[in-house]
Amino acid sequence: MIGYGRRRLARKVLVHLALVPFLAFALFPFFYMAVTSLKTDRELYDRQAVPLLISQGPTIEHYTKLLWETAFLTWTKNSLLVTLISTTVSLVIGTIAAYALARLKFPGVGSFGTGIFVTYLVPTSLLFLPLAQVVNWLGLGDSKWSLVVTYPTFLVPFCTWLLMGYFRTVPKEVEECAMVDGATRLQALIRIVLPIAVPGLVCAALFAFTLSWNEFIYALTFTSSSEEITASVGVTSELIRGDIYYWGSLMAGAVLGSVPIVILYVFFLDYYVSGLTAGAVK
Amino acid sequence: MAVGQLGVARAVRLPLRARVRELLDREQLLGPLFVTPALLLLVLLVAYPFAMAIYFALSNAFIGRPSEFVGLRNFIALWQSDAFRQTFQNAFVFTGSAVAAKVVLGTALALLLNEQLWFKRMIRGSVLLPWVIPTALSTLGWWWMFEPLYSVVNWTGTALGLIDPPGPNWLGQKYYAMMAVVTVNVWRGLPFFAITILAGLVAIPRDLYEAAAADGAGAVARFWYITLPLLRPVLAIVVLFSTIFTFSDFNIVYVLTRGGPINSTHLFATLARQIGLESGRIGEGAAISLYLFPVLVFVVWAQLRFVRRQAY
Repeated sequence: MIGYGRRRLARKVLVHLALVPFLAFALFPFFYMAVTSLKTDRELYDRQAVPLLISQGPTIEHYTKLLWETAFLTWTKNSLLVTLISTTVSLVIGTIAAYALARLKFPGVGSFGTGIFVTYLVPTSLLFLPLAQVVNWLGLGDSKWSLVVTYPTFLVPFCTWLLMGYFRTVPKEVEECAMVDGATRLQALIRIVLPIAVPGLVCAALFAFTLSWNEFIYALTFTSSSEEITASVGVTSELIRGDIYYWGSLMAGAVLGSVPIVILYVFFLDYYVSGLTAGAVK
Repeated sequence: MAVGQLGVARAVRLPLRARVRELLDREQLLGPLFVTPALLLLVLLVAYPFAMAIYFALSNAFIGRPSEFVGLRNFIALWQSDAFRQTFQNAFVFTGSAVAAKVVLGTALALLLNEQLWFKRMIRGSVLLPWVIPTALSTLGWWWMFEPLYSVVNWTGTALGLIDPPGPNWLGQKYYAMMAVVTVNVWRGLPFFAITILAGLVAIPRDLYEAAAADGAGAVARFWYITLPLLRPVLAIVVLFSTIFTFSDFNIVYVLTRGGPINSTHLFATLARQIGLESGRIGEGAAISLYLFPVLVFVVWAQLRFVRRQAY
């Protein structure tokens, strides 16, 4: 009996040891970005120094420079605006479309479902060139509003696909009961189905927020002036002047640009995990 | 009593609101109404641009100039250019090696995560992190890690005695640059593989393993004859998904190497941007982008076939 317990403990320790390289691989870039952003320039470019440590004292000069001497705050504001509006719009459009696909019978429902699935798989890098033309025709060239208009093209299929799976798990009987009691279909949807599907809605909102915050190729292509670009584009293109790289500020920008996602992530980790499996396997 | 009243009201003529309410209760009407916004969006901003992409690819479109139809001339010109042929090859090398690495490492990681763990939530959270952070920004971190003069990769390798100083110029040499972009892609995509495969592992009934163990099957045999066959559907789906998104990758290559040195890391998306926007030859750029389409068709076909097979 004791031997068995000890074997299990040994196995558990071994598993943790085997996980160490995976964790180091996953986390080291973040650790190194944070360390770099807190170092003084003198230490950063000292080839004798140990790069993994901050030995000459931490500094926040890269952060103050980023916040007060660049347009970083404007870029972040743009990112927030674009992300919040496109997420909200896509969630509403996706919810009703998903409900129709999961519950209602009408001509063409099957082919629409297939269409949603196909567009869900269309990579953004396939259509960015013609979309840039469409954006220009709409008079939205070099405007953050072009992103508000185009982000739903990948967010709506995503939300619809994810929510369709959730709506199918809500038993039909619950809704039918409400309708027998005199509620209309709309009332049943709003008062019965949506409250049950809240976890799915939260999940879809989180993923939509993350996808649009992280979007890069559309933002890089459709916007260019400093007042209109998003955080990812600003940090990757505006902080590099010619051949001189300001590594401290660059890393500070990469850290701060990830903060909103990290905050969401810490609070909603379980939703991310469940959404990842639901979105891919269903 | 209530029924009687309703009958009277209907006979008289329903007020407008009630009529709308009744119409909305019909599935034949509510269904199309609910999908219209999504449908409009997809037609105007996905299907229409796709048609434009095909038109561009068959024309000599140039930024700020009227275009005319040129047939397949863009595609022929592409096959005659070294940059495109190199890109075509890169796309397969990049996707093949990255997806293979992600399958192997992802399965290994999933098996480890399926064990009894002390800090389960924290470990899962850390493993998933590279997947949720904006790729363009985390790739900046990798860029700094591969920087020729101050590369922390080379510093660590030298300190551990694995690399002779000064170590490779990761982003400046052909094969090393490809290794670097593949590494970053694996780093970012591994969580998706691990977590999805983990979900597949959890779904395998435990008594299968117990029965096999009772019959004297060792750990390797159990993995080979139980885990792998039952994991195959999940693996197939993950590989298909990952293939399309790895093939069409843009962010990592754009930030890390811009396709260099000498086109050795260009992928379709980055070359399409360089030719279509930076050189202004939209027609050729659109033609390059369209090379992603057959991959998309294959993945969709395989998925639909597969999903249908699972349903029966």
